[in-house]
Amino acid sequence: MYRYDQYDHQMLSDRVKQFRDQTERYLSGKLSEAEYLPLRLQNGLYVQRLAPMLRVAVPYGLLSSNQLRKLAFISNHYDKGYGHLTTRQNIQFNWPAIEDVPDILQDLADVEMHAIQTSGNCIRNTTTDQFAGVSPDEIEDSRPYCELIRQWSSFHPEFAYLPRKFKIAVCGTLTDQAATQVHDIGIYLKAGPENKIGFQILAGGGLGRTPMIGKEIFDFVERRHLLTALEAILRVYNRLGRRDNKYKARIKILVKETGIDQFKNLVVQEWNQIKDGPLTLTEDEITRCKNYFLEANYEELEDHPKILKSELDSNLLFNAWFTQNIRQHKKAGYSIVTICFKQTGSAPGDITDSQLEFVADLADEYSFGEVRITHHQNIVLADVKQSDLPSVWQKLNSKSLSVANLSLLSDVICCPGGDFCALANAKSLPIAESIQRKFSDENFLRDVGELRVNISGCMNACGHHHVGNIGILGVDKKGEEFYQISLGGSSKNKASIGKIIGPAFSEQEIPEIIDKIINIYRASRNKGETFIETYNRIGLEPFKEYVYAKPD
Amino acid sequence: MQNLIRQRAIEHDDWTLVKEASGPEILHVTQDRNLIVPIKFWNMYKFEIENYLGNITIWLDSDEFLDEIKEELSTFSLIALNFPVFSDGRPYSTARELRQGRKFTGEIRAVGDVLRDQIFYMYQCGFDSFLLRHDQDPVSCINALDDFKANYQSTVLEKDPLFRRR
Repeated sequence: MYRYDQYDHQMLSDRVKQFRDQTERYLSGKLSEAEYLPLRLQNGLYVQRLAPMLRVAVPYGLLSSNQLRKLAFISNHYDKGYGHLTTRQNIQFNWPAIEDVPDILQDLADVEMHAIQTSGNCIRNTTTDQFAGVSPDEIEDSRPYCELIRQWSSFHPEFAYLPRKFKIAVCGTLTDQAATQVHDIGIYLKAGPENKIGFQILAGGGLGRTPMIGKEIFDFVERRHLLTALEAILRVYNRLGRRDNKYKARIKILVKETGIDQFKNLVVQEWNQIKDGPLTLTEDEITRCKNYFLEANYEELEDHPKILKSELDSNLLFNAWFTQNIRQHKKAGYSIVTICFKQTGSAPGDITDSQLEFVADLADEYSFGEVRITHHQNIVLADVKQSDLPSVWQKLNSKSLSVANLSLLSDVICCPGGDFCALANAKSLPIAESIQRKFSDENFLRDVGELRVNISGCMNACGHHHVGNIGILGVDKKGEEFYQISLGGSSKNKASIGKIIGPAFSEQEIPEIIDKIINIYRASRNKGETFIETYNRIGLEPFKEYVYAKPD
Repeated sequence: MQNLIRQRAIEHDDWTLVKEASGPEILHVTQDRNLIVPIKFWNMYKFEIENYLGNITIWLDSDEFLDEIKEELSTFSLIALNFPVFSDGRPYSTARELRQGRKFTGEIRAVGDVLRDQIFYMYQCGFDSFLLRHDQDPVSCINALDDFKANYQSTVLEKDPLFRRR
C-alpha cells in the first residue's frame, strides 16, 4: 500500500497543528461557530445529535493491520469502544469530545492516516472496488490512480470551498462494484488505442435529493491527462455550480441545467488551457504510485486444495459461508474473503475495538497484513490461501463473525439514521434490525439470492437507498416516522435509480411489506434470475398491485 | 487597525474601495483618491473615469467573471476580487485564471470576508494582497501564509506539482 514520505508527513503534521490552533480559538470564543464549521468539517468533525462525530478517511478503503490497531485504540480511548464502517469506505466514531479531536488526529497521523476532507464542500475520499488488484476481471489495479487523485485532491487550494460536496469513484474491473455511476465524477479504467490504459470519465451522477446517473464527459482520456481533465471539470463546477440553493448545488444539477453538450464544451475549453501543463502526469510518477501496489508475494498453489474440499464436504456451515462470502481470486489457490458486519442485533457496519484488533490479527496471519473496507460496510481479506479458509472460518466463527450473508437480503446497507444523525428524518437502524430478524433463515435467504436492501434515514441518502434493489427511505409525516419503499435500483454497470412503489409505510409494516415483495419475486422469477433481473423483466406494477392489495 | 497585508507585510492602504454600485457623482466626492470601483461602474462610466484625477481600478464580485473586463488586463495595476462570504470559493478560480490563463502580473487583492483561516489557500491561488475583515489580527494572518510547508498541487506559487519535485 502507499507509504508516506517526508512531504506527506510534513503536510499532515502541519494540518494537525493548524486544526489544533483553530479548535483552541473556537473553544476560547475567538472563532465563531459559522467560521469554525467548514474548518472542522474539512477535518472530519460533525456535531451530531448526541455528540460530535469524527469521520476518518480510509483512502479507497485500504487499511494495514497497524492502522486497524490504531483505530481500535482510538475507539477504546476516546470513544465508547466501537466505530462504524461507512458507505464510502471510511470509518467514523460517534462519541469523541471536540477538545480531544486534535489529539486523535495526531494519533492518526502517526500511522499515516487523517480525517481530511471527509466532510464539507470539498473533494472527498476517493473510493474504488474493494477487490482492486485481486479481481480476475480486472483491466488494471485502480488503486495507483486513486492515490494520484488522493494527492491531487488533498489540500487543493482552489477547491476547498466548492458549492457542495464532491465525490469521486474509480472502477478498474469489468463488474462495477464501486457505484461509479452515482458519483459526482465516475472513472472507468479502459483500454484505448494500442491497448494503452486510459479512462472513461463521467460527471453529474449522485444520490441525495435528486438522484442521477452520471453522464459521459470523456470517452477516453490518456493516463497522463487524468489530473488536468479532473481539474478542468472541477474548475467549471467551482465557478458555475449553484450556490443559491444547497439542494441544487451538486454538479449533477449543473450538468442537467447546462445540458451535457454545453457542459462538455466548457470543460474542454478549460482543459485546453491546462492540458500538457505542469499537472500532466509523468511516467515516473505513475510508476512510483504503481510500485506501492505491486502484487503480493504469492505462492504457486493449486485451486481447491484437499483440506478445503474435505472441510466443504464435512462442515455445512463452512460450506454455506464459502458459497456466499468467498469470491474468486485472480491467483490460483487464493480466495477473497468478505467478513460481513451485518450480525442481527448490532448496527450494520458497527465494529468494536476488539473486533478491529481481531481483524488486524487475521490480516497479519492470513492476508499480508492488509484489509479493505467495502462500501457495503463490510471488511475484506483480499489474499487468503484457500488452504487457510477452514482456519479463518473457525476463528471468525469463534467471534460470531462468520455470518454467511454477503449480498443477501440481510446484508443491508444502512446509515446511522435518527439514532445518531442530526439530519435524519427517521431512524434507520431499527428498520435494518427488524428486516434481519424477520429474515433470519439462511436457507431462505440463499434461496432468495442476491438482493440489495439499502436504508437511508433521510433524503441525503447516505444509505444509498436509490440504488438498492429494495430501497427504504425514512420520511417525516407530521412528526411521525414513515418509510417509503422503492424498487429496481442498482449501482452496478447498468446503474438505475429505484422507483417509488407508492405511499409510505409505518415502521411495523416494513418486514411484512418486504416479505410480500419477495413473494412476488419468488413466484415470478425464471430459473437463475436474481431479484433485479426479474424486476427489470416484469416491472413495478405486479409488486405494487400485490403490496397495496386490499384484503377481501 | 491597519488591515492590509501586501508582500507578506502590514501595509498602509492607499486605495479606497467603492463598495456599492454608485453613480458617477462619487467621483466628485472622492476627488483624487485612488479608487477600486465595481466592474459594472467601470464599464458604465468610461468618460467620467478618463477625466478622474486619481488612479482607478476595478473589483469583481464572486459571480462576475473575467469576460466582464473588456480592456487589456495590463491596463490595471491591481484587480480586487470580493468574497461576499468566506465560504464562497469562486474567487479562488478567478485569481488562478488571472495569473495562469491571462498572465496577469499586477496585484490581486482579496477583499470582503477575508479571514485568517482561508488566506493560505488564497495565497496559493495567486492573491498577493489581503484586505482583512476588520476583526482579524494581521500578524496572525501573516503567519497563516506559512501554515503548510509543502503541498501536492500545481499552484500559482509553485508551478510544478509535488510529483515533479519529489
